[in-house]
Amino acid sequence: MKPKPTLRAIFSAAVLTATVATATTVTVTTVTVTTAAAAEREVNVYSYRQPFLIEPMFDAFTAATGIQVNAVYAKTGMLERLQNEGRNSPADLVFTVDIGRLSDLQNAGLTQPVVSAAINRSVPANMRDPAGHWFGLTARARILVTSKARVRRGEITSYEDLADPKWRGRVCTRSGKHPYNIALIASLMHRHGDAQAQAWLAGVKANLARKPQGNDRAQARAIAEGVCDVGVINHYYLHKMAADDKQKAWFEAVDVVFPNQAGRGTHMNISGMAMTRHAPHRDAALALMEFLAGDRAQRMYAEVNGEYPVNPRIRVGGYLQSLGDFKRDGLDLSAVAANRGAASKMADRVGYND
Amino acid sequence: MRRLMTGRPGAGAWPLGAVAVAALCLLPVAAVLWLALFPAENIWPHLIATTLPGYVGNTLILLAGVGVSTLLTGVTAARLVTAFDFPLRKLLEWLLLLPLAMPGYVIAYLYTDLLEFAGPVQHALRAVFGWRLAGDYWFPEVRSMGGAIMLLGVVLYPYVYLLARASFLEQSSYLPDVSRLLGRGPVATFFYVELPIARPAIAVGVALALMETLNDFGTVDFFSVQTLTAGLYDVWLNMGNLGGGAQIGAVMLTFAALLISLEYIGRRRRRFYQSATRFGGRPRQRLRGRNGWAATAVCAAPVLFGFGIPALLLVSHALDHLPAAWTPRFRGYALNSLWVSGTASVSAVALAVVVAYARRLRRTTVMAAIARAASLGYAVPGAVLAVGVIVPLAAFDNAVDAFLRARFGVGSGLILSGTSFAVIAACTIRFLAVSIGAVESSFSKVSDSLDMAARTLGHGAGRTLRRFHLPLIRGGLLTAALIVFVDCMKELPATLILRPFNFETLATHVYHFASDELIERSAPGALFIVAAGLIPVIILSRTIDTAARLDSPAAPGPGPVAPGPRPVAPPGTVTSTAAPPAAPAP
Repeated sequence: MKPKPTLRAIFSAAVLTATVATATTVTVTTVTVTTAAAAEREVNVYSYRQPFLIEPMFDAFTAATGIQVNAVYAKTGMLERLQNEGRNSPADLVFTVDIGRLSDLQNAGLTQPVVSAAINRSVPANMRDPAGHWFGLTARARILVTSKARVRRGEITSYEDLADPKWRGRVCTRSGKHPYNIALIASLMHRHGDAQAQAWLAGVKANLARKPQGNDRAQARAIAEGVCDVGVINHYYLHKMAADDKQKAWFEAVDVVFPNQAGRGTHMNISGMAMTRHAPHRDAALALMEFLAGDRAQRMYAEVNGEYPVNPRIRVGGYLQSLGDFKRDGLDLSAVAANRGAASKMADRVGYND
Repeated sequence: MRRLMTGRPGAGAWPLGAVAVAALCLLPVAAVLWLALFPAENIWPHLIATTLPGYVGNTLILLAGVGVSTLLTGVTAARLVTAFDFPLRKLLEWLLLLPLAMPGYVIAYLYTDLLEFAGPVQHALRAVFGWRLAGDYWFPEVRSMGGAIMLLGVVLYPYVYLLARASFLEQSSYLPDVSRLLGRGPVATFFYVELPIARPAIAVGVALALMETLNDFGTVDFFSVQTLTAGLYDVWLNMGNLGGGAQIGAVMLTFAALLISLEYIGRRRRRFYQSATRFGGRPRQRLRGRNGWAATAVCAAPVLFGFGIPALLLVSHALDHLPAAWTPRFRGYALNSLWVSGTASVSAVALAVVVAYARRLRRTTVMAAIARAASLGYAVPGAVLAVGVIVPLAAFDNAVDAFLRARFGVGSGLILSGTSFAVIAACTIRFLAVSIGAVESSFSKVSDSLDMAARTLGHGAGRTLRRFHLPLIRGGLLTAALIVFVDCMKELPATLILRPFNFETLATHVYHFASDELIERSAPGALFIVAAGLIPVIILSRTIDTAARLDSPAAPGPGPVAPGPRPVAPPGTVTSTAAPPAAPAP
C-alpha cells in the first residue's frame, strides 16, 4: 500500500541520467579523438577568417610539414571562449581579419610574445606588435571606387573629399559599424583629432545615397546599378568580382582610386595572427606562423585572395600588379586599434547607420 | 498515511528533478547576468544620448509587426483548415507547416537576391517598361523594417498555426452551438466563443514567435534594422564591452519576461475551458465555388512565400553546384547536424517531461515559475547564450582539472567545453522552451482522474508516468522532439562559437558562404537543411492526418497525437484540466 519512494526516485533520476549518459558518450568519443590526435603533430587554430579563405594555406602547410591544422571558425565569441578556457585551452593560434580583434586579444592578456627572426624579416614593423604579441599576414587597402560613367578620373582623390557637399546623395558604404569602416574612422581621428573627424563623418553621412547596407561588393554593385557614384571598399573585392561571372559587370562599372596619394597614403588594415598565452603546441604553432609569413604562403594570399602580402619584397603578379604601386598610410595600427571604441561611438553620434 | 490525510499524491523526486533542470538551464542566463555586472565602462549615457531610442523603437515595431503578422496568418489558416472544407484543404493543412523548415537567414538572402535592383523581378520590370536606373521608378526596398517583418512573419507563423489549429480541433461543438442557439451569428460566435477559448494556445504560439524575433540577429543585421540585438553586438564587439553588451541582453530578457507574463495573466483568468471533449468536433462546413478557392488561396499564400518560392530559388541555385558539393566532407557536415539535432531534441524532450510532470504533480505557483525559468534561454540571442554556456562549462572543466592536478598530478584538460557536448547543451537549453510548451500542452489533455485511478491502484509517480502518461502523450512528445530537431538543424550562432575543432554542421557551412553573399555555393547545404527539416514536418503532418481521421478532438497536442489508448473517463466526469496547456517560458 505504501508507495516505495526509492523506486520513484530511481526512475525519476533515470530520465536525467539517460540524458547525461547520452551526453557523456559524446564527450568521451570526442575526447578520445582529440587525445589520439594529440600524440601526432598538430596545431590548433581559432579563426575569425572564413575557412575557404585560409584553408588552402593550411593544406599547403600540412603537405610541407606533415603537421595537421585543426580549426574552429567563428566571427564572434572566440575571445570569450579562449578567456574562459584559460590555461587548459587547446588553442595555439588565433587568426583575425582586422587589427581590432588582435589588439583585443592582446589587451585581454590572451597572447604571448613570439620572437622569430624569420617573421620579423618578413613583416614590416608597423604591421606587428613591437613585443611580438601579434603579426600582420596580409594587408588590405581601403580604396574608393567611382562610376566610370558618371565620375571623371581625378574628381575625388582622398577620404576627406567624401565629405565634400558636391557628393551629396552620391556616396555608398556598408555599415559604419563594420570593423573595416571603424578602422578607417579611427585612422581619421588619429590624423585630424576628434572634432574634425566627427565633422568629416557627419559630412559623409549627409552625402550617402542610401542607408548603409550590404557588404563591400554591394557598394560596387550599387554604382553599377546607378544608385550612387562613389563607394568605399577593400581592394581585394575587385579581384573577387572580376573572377565571378555575375559580378564581373559590377567590377567593370567602376574605376579604382587609391586615396590620399598626395598625402599620407591609403588606409591599410591587416589580417593577422597571434599565439595564445597557453599554447600547448608551441613549436608546431611557430612553424605555422613562420610558414604563413614566408614567401610561398605570402604569394598564395595574393594569388588566391587578392590580398597584398605584408612582406613588401614579395612581387605580386596578375591583378594586383595591374593595380600598380601606391603609397600606403604608414600609421601604426596599434593607434587605430586604440581608437576603435571612440570611432564606434562617433558613428552613433552622427547617426551614421540611421 | 500522512499522504492520505493531506490528500496529496506523492511527487517523489520529480519536483527536485524539475528544480535541477531549471537550475542547469538557468546557468547560462545567470552567467550573462553576471557578466552584466562588470561592464568595461558605463555604456548607458552614450546609448541614451544616441542610439538607444532607435534600438528600442525598432525592436518594438519589429515585435508588433511580427506579432500581428504571425497572429493573422496563423489563426486565419488554422481556422480555415479546421472549420471549413475547400479544395486542397488536406494538402494545405500540412503544407502550412513547411516554412518551419526554412532557416530565416537563408530566406533573407534569397528574397534580397530576388527582389533587389539586379534581381530577376526588377530586371523584368525594367525590360517591360524601359526603365534603366534605380532612380527611374519606385520599388519597395527589401532591406528594410518592412522586409524584416514580412520575412520573419512568414517563417514564424507556423508556431501560431500549429498551436491554434490544435486548439480549434479540440474544442467541442456544444459551446458554439449554444452560442448559435442564443442568436449569435457564426462570425460573432467565432470572436466571442471560439477565439477566446483558443487564446492561450495562440498566445503561446505568438510568444514563441516573438522570442525568436527578439533573439534574431542574422535577419535584422542583413536588413540593416537597428534593434536591441544589433546594439548588443555593437557594444560587445566594436566597443569591446562584453559587460555592457550583457546589460543590453538583460534589458531584452525583461522584454521577454514581460511578453510571457502578459500571456500568463491573460490565461489565468480562464480556467476549465478545455473540457468535455467527447461531445466531438463539428463537421467542417463545405465552401463551394469561389469561396472555396478563395480559402485555398488564403492558405496557399503563406506556403508559397514561406516555402515554395524560396525552395524553388534554392533548387535553381543548387543545381549548378550540387554535384561538386556532394563530397564526403559535406556528408560529414550532414552527419554532424543530424547528430547534434538528434541528441539535443531527445535531451530537450526528456528534460521537458521532468519539468512538465513535476508541475502536474505539484500544481503550485513555484512549480509554474520553475517551468518558466527553465525556458528563459530561448529569449537570449544565440551568440550571447553561447558565451553564457562557455562560462560555467569551462569553469567546471578547469575546476576538475585543477582538482585532479592537485590530487594526482595529472590534469584532465577540458572535458565538456570544446566538445560537441557544449553545442548539444546550448541547443537543448535554447530550445527547451519549445519542448516544455509542447509537452505541457500534451499533459494537460490527460484527465486527472487517470492519475487518481493509477495512484489509487498503488502505482507511484514514476510508474504512472511510464505506464499511462508516456503512452498517451507520445504523439505530443514526438511533436516536441521534431520541432526542436528542426530548430537545431537551423541553429547557427551558438554552434559557430561552441563547436570543437574541425566540426562543421550544415548551418555553419551554409553560413560561411552566405555571409560572403556567395549564395550559389551555400545553396546545396541550405537545401539539405530544408530537406532534413522536411522529414520531421512530414511526420508531423502524418500524425495530423491520423488525428483527423480518428476525428478525435481529444487527441492532438500542439499538433497531433498518434493513436493510442485514450484516457477512460466515466461519462459525466468533468475533466477539469485546470492546468493551462503549453507554457513556453516564464
